[in-house]
Parts: sequence; structure tokens; C-alpha cells
Amino acid sequence: MSHAQYDIAIIGGGPAGLSAAVQASKLGADVVLLDEQASPGGQIYRSIEQQSQQHSELLGPDYQYGKLLVQHFRQSATQYLPESRVWSINDKREIGFTNPHGTHVIATKNIIIASGAMERPVPFVGWTLPGVMNAGAGQVLFKAHNVLPSEDVVLAGSGPLLLLLAWQYLRAGVKIQALLDMTPMSNHFRAIKHLPRALLTHRYLRKGLSYEWALKRAGIKTVRNVSELRAVGDRKLETLEFIVKGQKRQLNTQHLLVHFGVIPVNQLSQVAGCQHHWNDSQQCWRPDADKWGQSSLPGIYISGDGADIAGGKSAEYAGNIAAIHSLCSLGILDQSQRDNLAQPYQKTLHDDRRVRPFLEAYFRLPSTMLAVNDEQTIVCRCEEVTAGQIRQAVQSGHTDNNQVKCLTRCGMGPCQGRQCSPAVGHIVAFTSGKDVEQSGFYRARPPVNTLSLQELASLYPEEQE
Amino acid sequence: MFSRKLGNQKNLLSISISINGKEVKVLPNDTVASSALCMGLSHTRTTAISGAPRAPFCLMGVCYECLMTIDGVPNQRACMTTVKEGMCIESQQGAGELL
Repeated sequence: MSHAQYDIAIIGGGPAGLSAAVQASKLGADVVLLDEQASPGGQIYRSIEQQSQQHSELLGPDYQYGKLLVQHFRQSATQYLPESRVWSINDKREIGFTNPHGTHVIATKNIIIASGAMERPVPFVGWTLPGVMNAGAGQVLFKAHNVLPSEDVVLAGSGPLLLLLAWQYLRAGVKIQALLDMTPMSNHFRAIKHLPRALLTHRYLRKGLSYEWALKRAGIKTVRNVSELRAVGDRKLETLEFIVKGQKRQLNTQHLLVHFGVIPVNQLSQVAGCQHHWNDSQQCWRPDADKWGQSSLPGIYISGDGADIAGGKSAEYAGNIAAIHSLCSLGILDQSQRDNLAQPYQKTLHDDRRVRPFLEAYFRLPSTMLAVNDEQTIVCRCEEVTAGQIRQAVQSGHTDNNQVKCLTRCGMGPCQGRQCSPAVGHIVAFTSGKDVEQSGFYRARPPVNTLSLQELASLYPEEQE
Repeated sequence: MFSRKLGNQKNLLSISISINGKEVKVLPNDTVASSALCMGLSHTRTTAISGAPRAPFCLMGVCYECLMTIDGVPNQRACMTTVKEGMCIESQQGAGELL
């Protein structure tokens, strides 16, 4: 396959992908957008086209904003391929994917990866029990399906999303038993130096404070400085145990929603062979991307939270910037047109990002939590490998993630390491006394998404009997 | 348990599917995972290693905890599969049958 069928293929239908598609197709490029979901919006504006006005209002104005973006996308000339799971990208810009119409490989001149973020998996005792769920999962159920927990819930962890979900649950009438804030108090001092800059983008801080006040007014119990969270129960969650001020505390609940920040989904940039680096402030691996979103590979761009965790608005600006640069590289725009068009997006992106250093310092997770100190805790949910087994592998001389994977099967299950890889990196680093970036990350190999032999074989119909 | 806030709009539940042999009515934009949680299924699979029960965890396609057998095909992510009329869904035991 060598003939490029499209100027630009965009992977991901969240704010970065949608805005890139609108921008690029408006200026005349031949654009295709592939997305795993059945309708556009990504996680942040999930199912926005299907929602009633009343439901959208309950979710808040930030969610409703997505309607406009999705409308513009629908009006654009972009070819839209929903329910498409991409299982491979290579440096020749060939994309392998499967959707309800079959399995396909397409070649494109440029690719913009806009695969967004996922919640950072932080293993703790009992996190595999039914009844324990990510806060983002609770939000998906509510946003997309109007489904809410019937009994009271406990929210635990650290990060803005936890507060947002608490506020949305409160408005929807879900009984919140407690909010367990696991943000270390010492972070407050760490964050204070970034506050003046963050105040320049004060709408985010105002929003956070308004959520906190609403929860306080409603009498929701917030317990601060919580550590050593454990979920306990026989085949399902029954009790939570945790430490506050040196005291062991306990709560009975059937629902725990946890959140520990978000990290880029970077299987696609990894499998393509893009360079990645460790970002200490965001505590995650990120693909190398310049100010235009260009990766280390020619013609491959990475845009939005998949490149830099900065939220939905920033993702939208970054999507526009990547599309504009891509159009210039394809000869549709000249350099001065590119610079003129991109300038307002670069300015708003810069302004929107000002709050980030503060948030990153404020919600920074301690390395002791990330490196899972309880030996019995399952780290690999698929292959049920414990922190103790990983530590043992490191102590016997295996000091990078891939060696540990080989020895323990940690990361060899269906999720392909998506849920254990960050913790393994921290455990390896912590145990061997190295930095996290030295422990590396799992090498991604195609297919990075489930692909049956039948689906693969269907690419070569002439060779089938 | 989870429940749906529909008020008097029960007529929106227009799709019939079967989960572990039980007929349930769901919304057209439901996923298999949201349907299973709504019907009160406490777990959607057991693990291949220890047989421990597991339930949907991320609901955005990255944890692979919600693997179920859908219309006879094992290892399908319930959270990424939109329901279709007549769909037949079963909890997955262990690794699931190969063929």
C-alpha cells in the first residue's frame, strides 16, 4: 500500500480531533476522522448529540459547550468513521482499523493522533473488587446513559475530576457518604509559587472553589489527607479502610469511585515509533511534540491531552494548530498564511495553559502511593500479578519494565499493560533506586487493540478459500 | 446497584436484549456495560487466573475488565459495544471459549 487515500487522517473524536477536522476540511483538505465511539464528542462531550436539554444542564455549562463543536464537525466535509478501533499505525502513515463495515488499512499523507487521556491507574488493595470504579466511569454512566448509583457512594483520590463528579452527583441527587481527599497537604506549599500565574486563568480556580462550596453547603463530608486506602469485601466491595492523622478509619459502602488524575493514551504514538519522554510535572510519559504538535516522525502529529494534559479547551486550540501546520506541510497553505491562522489559537492555548503548573503541583501524587507499597496488591488486573511479585523480579536483577513483563507476565493480558504499566515503572524505579524515566515503558506492538484472526484474514480475501 | 433516571419516559426503552438469559429493555444508545450494570449484574466476568469476579471499571475501553461474550463472540468490551435489538450477551467465565 503506497497511494495516499487522504490528506489527513485524524484519530479520535474529542475536542482536539473534532477541531482539527473542522479546520482542515474548511481549508480544503481531504480529511477522514476515525473514532472508537458511536458518536462524536470524545470522553468530555460524550453522547452530547443524544442528550435532552434538561440532562445537559444538569451536567453543567462546560459540557453543553461541546454541542457547538460537534455541530461544526457534522457540517464539515470530513469523512467520519465511528466505531472504528485502530490497531496499528506505522511510520509510513498506514492505519489499520476495524469497524462494523470490516477491517481496513488506509494510507494517508498526514496523521493527527488525538487519542486523548485516560485516568491514571493507581493500584491499591481491593481495587479489582466489583463496586470499585473510576470516577470517569461514573461520569460516563451519568453523561451518556443517565445511569446513577442507587445506594450512597464514596469518592476517593485526588484531582479536579473527583470534585466535578461530586458536584454533578450532588445535583443529580446521588447520596455522597464522603469525599476522601488523598491529596497530600504538603502539596499546598509546593503549589503556592505557581498560584500568581494560575490566577491569570482564574475561571478554572473559581469553578473548583464553587464546586467545593456547593458540596460544603450541602453538608457533604470531605476528609482530607487520607492515605492507605483499602477496599475490602467478599467478591464485591463492602467496606473501605483508610488512615487519617495516623488513625485507622472505616466506612461501609457498595460504591467507591476513585480518581488519581489523567495521563495521555499513547499506545498509538508508541506503536508508530514516535519518541516519548517522561514529564515529571504531569507524572507521565508523553510523546515528543513541538509547538505545532509534530511528533518525532514526519507527517505524524499528536494533539490534545494525548500530547499534553491540559484539558478540553486547550485540546481544541491544539487541534486547530496541528491542522493548520499539517495543511502547510501539504502545500495547501504557505508559511505566512499558516502563521497568521495559527496565531490566535497559539495565544489562547498559551493563556489557557497558565493554570496547569499550579494544578500539577497541587494534585501531585506521592511516589510512595504510585509505587504501591502493599506487597499483596494486584498491579496487573488481567494476569493478577502483585506488587510483591514485581518487586521480587526487580530484586533479582530485572531493572526495566520490559524485563519485568517478560518474567512475571505483568502486562501480557488483554489490556496490554494499559492499567499496570505506570505502576510497574514506579515500582521498578522505587525498588532499584532509579528514576522513573530509566525504567522505561512497555514496548507497544501491533495490534494495540483487539483484532481477531478472522478480522485480520479478511484483509486478504483472495488468499482465503 | 445502578438505576436509570427516566421518570415517566419508560417508552424510550425500545431495545430488547438478553443478558445471561434474562430479557431486558434498554435505550438505543446504551452500551452492553451500561445495560448490564442497570439490570443489577454484580459482575460481568471472572478472571482467567483465579476466577475472581470483575465488573466494568473504566467504561472507556482501556481496562478490558468488562469483557463479555456477545452474540457468541467472547472477549468483547461491553463498554464499547452499543446494544442492538435481539443481542444475546453472557458473562464471560475465565478466558472465554476460543471458537
